[in-house]
Order: sequence, then structure tokens, then C-alpha cells
Amino acid sequence: MAKQGHARPLPAQPCPTRRAFVGAAAGALGLAALGASGCAQSALAEAAAGADPGAQPASQAAADVTADEVKVGIMHSLSGTMAMSESSVRDAEMLAIEEINAAGGVLGRRIEPVVEDGASDNATFAEKAEKLLMSDHVATVFGCWTSASRKAVLPVFERYNGLLWYPVQYEGMESSKNIFYVGAAPNQQIVPAVTYLAEHYGPRIFLLGSDYVFPRTANTVIKAQAADAGFEIVGEEYTPMGHTDYATVINKIRAAHPDFVFNTLNGDSNVSFFKQLRDSGITPDDCMTCSVSVAEEEVAGIGAAYLEGHMTSWNYYETTDTPENHAFVQAFKERYGQNRVTDDPIEAGYCAVHLWAAACEKAGSFEVDDVRAAAGGVTFQAPEGAMTIDGENQHLYKTVRIGRVNADGLIDEEWASDEPLKPDPYLKGYPWAAGLS
Amino acid sequence: METLLSNKTQRNRLVLAAAIFICLAVVPAVLPMFRTTLIARFMCYAIVALGLDMIWGYTGIMSLGHGVYFGLGAYCMAMYLKLAASGGGLPDFMQWSGFDALPAWWAPFANPAFAFAMVVLVPVVVSVVVGLLTFLHNIKGVYFSILSQALALIMSVLLVGSQQYTGGSNGLTDFDTILGAPLSSPVTEVVLYYVTLVALIAVFALCFFLVNRRIGKIFMAIRDSENRVRFTGYNTAVFKVFVYAFSAAVAGVAGALYVSQVGIITPAEVGVAPSIEMVVWVAVGGRGTLVGAVIGALLTSGVETFASETFPDLWNYVLGLVCIVVVLFLPGGLMDLPRVPARIRAWLARSRFGAPQGGARLTPAMAAEEGVSVGAALAEEDYAEPAYRDAGGDEAGGDPLAPTAASGLDEKGGPR
Amino acid sequence: MVETFIMQAFNGISLSSILFLAAVGLAVTFGLMHIINMAHGEFIMVGAYTAYVVQNAFAGAGAAFGLYVPVALVLSFAVAALVGAVVEKLIVSRLYGRVADSLLVTWGLSLVLQQLARSIFGSPNVGVTVPGYMEGSLMIGDIALPYTRIWILVIALLCLLALYLFMFRTRFGRTVRAVMQNRPTAAALGVNTRRVDSVTFALGSGLAGLAGCALTWIGLVGPSLGQNYITQAFMTVVVGGVGSVFGSVFGAGFIGIGQSIFEFLTDASLGQALIFLAVIVLLQFRPKGIFSVSSRSLEDE
Repeated sequence: MAKQGHARPLPAQPCPTRRAFVGAAAGALGLAALGASGCAQSALAEAAAGADPGAQPASQAAADVTADEVKVGIMHSLSGTMAMSESSVRDAEMLAIEEINAAGGVLGRRIEPVVEDGASDNATFAEKAEKLLMSDHVATVFGCWTSASRKAVLPVFERYNGLLWYPVQYEGMESSKNIFYVGAAPNQQIVPAVTYLAEHYGPRIFLLGSDYVFPRTANTVIKAQAADAGFEIVGEEYTPMGHTDYATVINKIRAAHPDFVFNTLNGDSNVSFFKQLRDSGITPDDCMTCSVSVAEEEVAGIGAAYLEGHMTSWNYYETTDTPENHAFVQAFKERYGQNRVTDDPIEAGYCAVHLWAAACEKAGSFEVDDVRAAAGGVTFQAPEGAMTIDGENQHLYKTVRIGRVNADGLIDEEWASDEPLKPDPYLKGYPWAAGLS
Repeated sequence: METLLSNKTQRNRLVLAAAIFICLAVVPAVLPMFRTTLIARFMCYAIVALGLDMIWGYTGIMSLGHGVYFGLGAYCMAMYLKLAASGGGLPDFMQWSGFDALPAWWAPFANPAFAFAMVVLVPVVVSVVVGLLTFLHNIKGVYFSILSQALALIMSVLLVGSQQYTGGSNGLTDFDTILGAPLSSPVTEVVLYYVTLVALIAVFALCFFLVNRRIGKIFMAIRDSENRVRFTGYNTAVFKVFVYAFSAAVAGVAGALYVSQVGIITPAEVGVAPSIEMVVWVAVGGRGTLVGAVIGALLTSGVETFASETFPDLWNYVLGLVCIVVVLFLPGGLMDLPRVPARIRAWLARSRFGAPQGGARLTPAMAAEEGVSVGAALAEEDYAEPAYRDAGGDEAGGDPLAPTAASGLDEKGGPR
Repeated sequence: MVETFIMQAFNGISLSSILFLAAVGLAVTFGLMHIINMAHGEFIMVGAYTAYVVQNAFAGAGAAFGLYVPVALVLSFAVAALVGAVVEKLIVSRLYGRVADSLLVTWGLSLVLQQLARSIFGSPNVGVTVPGYMEGSLMIGDIALPYTRIWILVIALLCLLALYLFMFRTRFGRTVRAVMQNRPTAAALGVNTRRVDSVTFALGSGLAGLAGCALTWIGLVGPSLGQNYITQAFMTVVVGGVGSVFGSVFGAGFIGIGQSIFEFLTDASLGQALIFLAVIVLLQFRPKGIFSVSSRSLEDE
């Protein structure tokens, strides 16, 4: 390479690349012949079949179910920035699979998980979703965390008619027939939280969120709600993902004198925000905050001391007092270590597997269309209480729980809805939300 | 590093490239659809890698911000696809961001011809502006690299921050048809696969054409000694802007092909980390060789995919270690592999005769101090002598212009 | 209003001190060896995790818990310096003069170190609490100045002082500067440049570790910690001028105060984009940074 201009000529030798070329060409032709003749799986064969209008559409995911085994996909970020939240959900889903297998499996078949890493990258999620459906032929997939990753895989699941169980609360305005939304819809988390906080702390709201789709959409909802209820939005700030310095934002909060901060920051940013908030001398007594993305696991990563007294809104806490939850918490800690905590998305991931199993049992089949048809009305006695699938929009009836972080880093329930609320992803039940969707 | 090679090596590399292209052409007949689209994605990466190789491998400018141009091309294409999917209506994300009419600058993208033109034009315009600002002010080397990295960061921050126009961190996704053909149909997928392959071959041919012309020699001369090129009367800034814009256009095309097959583009694909990864492809394959860039992109992405499927918890180790080992021990990338046996023989011979390690041998560190380019340093084991001669060229008066000009034209130094 | 202004001014200075701490190690290694160390952020992470481990060791110490801070500062420096020394020996020493390669190899290294942190400490962030005497704010009327930020400012100033004394008042510092200015001549005059390199790289890594320890008081401790600071650290070094410690003081001030102002006037996303644009504009006039050492050599890097 380089400056060989004045260098000696290369020694004469048989040309290795020439041989490689001939070999490659021969091999390629052979493979091509093979593919053209017999291999119905090849892309070309599929295209030929697809071009024939009478043929069945070939691009449908078909679950690979044997007499004693059914494959499912587990698709979460195990590396990158989202790994801190998602790897625990993976753990919960694996726990549920182990439980079901120990109890005899689903429809008599053992569940075989195929784990994929979404690597906190949305295109990777789309690629892995396609791989799980079309290469591993899984019966269903449990996965995703961020709205962006869900939006990325949604076309894949719709196109191949796959099934995704999504375990995290989100911003609503979506209802795909190929997704079951196990987390809260806005009316099961955000809307009641704003109402509760405004009643107890005052109507001046400061909106703080990470700069991405969930906070922005959630805040659009809150603004419509506030305009209707007469609350005042005194500030609205978005910070980039991975932002580390909140001094300026805190200064703005201080200047705006809100009654409470509605916090939709995601992941890492919460650590910096809460540490710097307390160090600047602002306590929950001065200014309450209510977070919808801070659960027990995030509290552990921030340090309980920084969050003590602040509020959160979820459907489940580790402290939720049901017999199912005591068993779940005990099983989770025994499996993964006594220092681990459970929280809402972890519980949702765990429930998603059980809900799918129950729906399959009811349908008597693993086929996506059968499972979907049977899913409506399926109930699971979850750690958070009875969880029922709403067949109409494939969300779940969930109980709202407003809680307060205690000194141990757990969250104590302060208020809960009387019964599981019907999910309303498009907020159709609220007149003020008419213009949003 | 290419033109000065013997014709034989040159021909071998072309043959190797042809072999790769033939294998790629057969892929759809052998692999299932899912793997085929995956390889189509790798080919998009290979196109970016070719463009990067032109600017880095041949011209010696390391851009850590090519994700920007990849992203610009991809977003232009995605805007068209999004409008096609929403059937003249408002794209879904604009609805929930509170827009009731399409922004004026979005509207023309409904026309595919306009969108396809923008795929090339937008990256070119942006890169020419950036290039003029930086190269005319003689920002080079490390400074340019870090500047381009900041560019990638700005780009992704702005894309995320203007959700109502760009879809925020969700990016643009959920497309339906391209030029009326349904994207989900296997026929369209196979057609797109071959379009990508043709684009890859075309870009390869174009790059090959350029590097074997006079202009390619000037690129390499800029890489090896920019000042000498300046003193011989060339305005190097113009050439640098040209090659920068060329590689940006190539990246834009790759982005457009990428988005129509992967079906999603998000700010995460245009940020700092993917931009660095693009450079890694070129480094692993072999900078300064076109076929090396293609191999690097295909192989690195392939290994990455394989590792992440097989060891979902550990694959970052694999990627990191591949990067470390290849760059550390094979500075010329995988294209250096054929020379490894010769090197080992030379090393064995040296140790057998007990020659002092640091004696006749030029270490990379020394080479750097002597002002020898990386390329020359790479060649040290086999061609220590010419490298030395080169290093001493200026002082020895090999180029009568260089020494005097060096003292006279230095920007700040003034006369010695 | 005045209070808001004063607090915002303090925020700018505080952010500058954080950037200075994160970037100064980079300025030293970069200036001396022309090594672009993409793993610098991970050395910050090493320091932060060291602080976490030390804190846990002191968790049962009751009243003595507050003592963990000085211990953690020293150990963070030591551990990061040790890791730096090993990395220098195994990897960086093979890369002198190969700027582009050094960037790629250290990028690979940063992937490995992040994954290593994930394997050892788990993916979720870990919590670090500050001792009582660092909690809360210094109140002057209505102006609240957080103690943690004051401490970080003090540590940054002490670092600067120590670095000044080291570089300009010790024999070894003089040789370091000599190598920075002209490596072949220094080597010809008998300076052991290899030794200077390894010691300086360890020193730079140690400073990153120190920064990591300080950052645990105001931010997260997790595998992605380093990634959040690396680009800003690079910008700081570039604005200041490579190889100039005082340049990085200026660079940190420019970016820190500038970003605080932009962020206050607009929002955090736009603020970040604007400050980087400002840096690009600035570099148009001073392509090698504000405090670039003017050199007569034609081909400097």
C-alpha cells in the first residue's frame, strides 16, 4: 500500500484473489441453482409467489409450534442507555415463563424464549422484530420500552400479523390490532394524577420532560386538561436525552413559583434533576413533583434520600398489598437477589406473559388471530389486582395508584381508584380532549 | 494508496470486488426474505463506507459526522414515503403535535421526483457550506474531526427537538408505498434489493473512476502532504470541498435506500455513535482501498448482527474487541491480511539473526515524528527504506520547492 | 429577578467548573500525545463507580460516613490512573502518531469498558448519596448556592492549582512541557519520552477519575455516564486550544457560561445546539482554539 511507488515490484506469485473469484463465482452459481430449483424459502421464490395474484400472501408470520414446545420472543434493550430499565423487564418476563413452564406450560407445551437485544436503537428493534417473526417464527413477542421503539416495530408487526405485548405506560393515541398495551393509557395514569395533584397542592403546574414523543404528547394532553379545568401552566421545559445539568431548569422553576412540577423526564435525566433539585434547597414542601417515569428501580438508582416525599403515579408498587404481589415479590427476589426491587413495568412484563398464556388457553390455539379474538375479557389475578383485557382497544383495565416515595426507596400508596379503570387511549370519554386525536 | 500499486494488486482487488458483487447478486435466490433485507441494509452501509473512504482513506480527512448526510438523505426520502402513506392527509405525528396544515416546506416532498433530487441536493448543499467554512479557514486534522462530530450532535438534537416537523425521537416510520408499489410486497423488496446493489456497484465504479484520474492523485497527494500540493499551485480547499460534498451525496443516497427498506429513520441513526461506527467499517476493511471499505461495512455489520443474535448480553465486547484488535494489529484493515505471512516471515528472520529491534526498523512513533504519513508508517516492515527516504525527502532536497516554501509560507511563523 | 440573574451566573460558572474537570485530563493527554481518547468518558465512569464502591464500604460507618468523600476522591484518582496506566501500556503505546487509529481503538475500548461496567454493576444506575455537610444550599438572602456545586468549584480550582504547580514548578513538569513543544528535540536531549507519556496518560486518566467522583454528587452513576460528557469535553478542549491547560479553563468557561445563557433564554435542546454552533463560528476565526501555541512547524497536527 502507501508509498510503494519507488518500491520493489511485488514478488510474482499465483494470484490468490483470482482463485477466490473463480471459487466465489462457482459457489454463487451453485447456490443460485439450488435456490431457484428447490428452496421455497428464498426471497426470490417468495417474490415470484407474491407476483402471482392467486397465491396466498407469503409474508405472514407463522408460529413454529411443535408438539411439546412453543417459541416466544423477548425483545428489550440489553445494551445502550435504555438497558438500565429494560433488562429488569426481561428478567420479569423470564420469571413468568419459568413459572408457566413449571406448571406444565401453555396448551401442554413448554415456552422456549428467544432473547434479542434492541440495543436502545429503534432500527435495531425493527430488525430484531422482523427476525423474531420471520426467522425464529415465534408465537408472540414481549418487548420494547420507549414509545419510539414501539413505533418502530409497529409496522413490522402489522405487516406480518405478529403479536407484541408492550409493558410500559405510554402517551396513548394509538391502538394497533397487533399490540396488546399492558401499561397504562393516559387516562389511567396522567389525567388522574394531574387532577389529584392540582386538588391537593394547587393549580399552578410546571411541565418538565425529556425532549421526545411521550413527554410532548403527554403535555399536550395535560394542557388541554388544564385549559378545561382552569389550572394554570406556568412553565414548560424539555431537555435533550442524557442531559446532565439542571441548574438552569431549576432556576426557571424557582422563578415560575409553580404549585407542583409534573415530571415526564425519562431515564438518566431524573438522576441529575432530583439530585440538583434537592441540593438547590427545594424540598417537596416548597414544590411538589409528580413523576410518571420514576418507579422503584429508578428510585434506587437516584438514591432514596433525594426523592423522599415526592409523588409518583403508577398502577402498581412493590408495596401494593395483595396476596399475588407478596408471592410475586418473593419469587422475583429469590430468583434475582434480595437487593432487587419490583416496579410497575416489571410487573407489567410479568403479567403480559401470563395474560398471553391465559388468552392462548382460552383460544385453544397459538395463532395470532385466534389469540386476539379470544383475548377480550381475559382476566389475570395480577400483583396489582385483577387485570382484564379490553377486547375493543387491546389495552387493560387498570387501577390508578398515586404514591409517595418513602425513606427506604419504596413507594407508599396515597390514593387509588376504587376499581380498575376502563382504558381510553384516545381520551374519547373526555370532552376537552376532542381536538387532540 | 491505490494508484501507486502495481497493476497486479490493482487487478486482484477489482476481481475481489467483482466476486463480492456476484455473491450479493445471488443472495435473494438463496436466503429468505428477512436475511435478504438485512443484507440490503448492509449494502447501504457499504455505500456510505465508499464515500467515507474517498474522504478519509484517499484524502486523509476524518469525518466523524457522516451520519448527518446519511440522515439528511434518509429524512428527505422518509418525508416522501410518509406523505405517500398518509394519502394527501396530515402525517399522524403532526396531528398529535397540534398541526392542522402541512408546513409549506413539507409539501413539495409529496412529489417523488422532487424528493429524490433532494436526497442528493440537501446533503450536497449542507456539506458545501460546512466544507467551505472549515476548509477555507484551514481547519484540519483533529479539529475537523471533532467539529464534524459536533455537527452530528447538533443534527440529532435539532431533529429530536422539532418533533412537530420531524417526528422527534420516534423519527419517521410506518410507510406504505413507494412510487405506488406496496413496500410490504416481496416483489418490491426484491426490486429494492437490486436497486441497492446497482447503486453500490455504480458508486464503486464512480469512486474507482475518480481515484484513477488526476483528481484522485491530487486527493492522495493532499492526504500525504497537503502543503506540498498547495505549494505546487493547487487550491487544496476546493478539492477538499469537492470530495466532502461527493461523499455527502453518496451518504445521502445510501440513507434514502436505507429508509425505504428498513422502514424507519430516527435521530439515533444520525448521531455521534453511528457516525463513528461508519468510520470503523472503513478502518476494519482497509482505508484507502475501495473494496476494503465494502468488505469492512458488510463484514462488520454482519459480525455485529450475528454476535447480537447469539450473545445478546455480550455482543458489545465482540464489537469493541474486533475494533481494537483490527486497528491495533492490522492498521491497513482486512485488506492487509495477505501481507501478514510475509510480515511474520520478516519478523522471524529478524529475530533469528538477532537484529536489534529498533535498528533498521522504523517504529510507528518514530515515523510520526519524522512526519511520515500513516500510510508510510504502515508500510514500515516491508518498505522501511523508501519510507525513510520519503521522510528525509524535504531535507535532502528531493523537492526543490518544499524546503524554501516551508519556511516562507507558514501561516504564523513568518520568516525564520 | 436579581436573585435569578445571580443564580444563573453561578450556574454558568458551576457548569464551567464541571466541564473543566471533565476535560482537563483530555487536554493533557491530547496535547502531549495527540491521542484522541474516546474512552476518556469511561475513565470518568471508572472514577464514579470507585466513589460508589467506597461509599458502600463506608455505609455502615455511622458518623464516619462523611469521611468517605476524601477517601473516594483519592481512590477515584488512583484507580482511574491505574486503569489508564494499564491501557497506556497495552494499547495506547502502540498508537503514537496514529491519530485516527487512536480514536477508533479507544472507541472500541469505550464499548468494552461500558459493557464491563454493565457486567460488574448491572445495567441500572446505582445510587450515591452525599454526606450531610454537602447537602443543601448556602443561602444568601434569597440566593441559593448548592454546596455540592461549591465543592466541585473548589475541587476544580485545586486541580488547576496542582496542575500549574506540577507543570511549571517541578522538574518532571518541565520535561512534560518540553515533550509537548518538541518531542524529537526533547528526546535528543535525553528526556525519556516513553516514561513521560505513560506518566502523563495516567495523570490524565486520574483527573478524569477525579471528575467522575465529583460528578456522582450531582448526576447519575451508570454505564452510560461517560457518554454524556465526552462530546462536551472534546469541544472544551478544542475551543481552548489543544495542549493548553489554561485553554481548557477558557473553553470550559465559554461553553459553560454560554450554554447557561442560551438555555435560560431558549430551552435546553436549542441551548445545546446554539452553543455548539457558536463553537463552530468561533473556530472560523481561531481554527486551532483560543490558546493555541503558535508553532513554526509546517505540518503540525
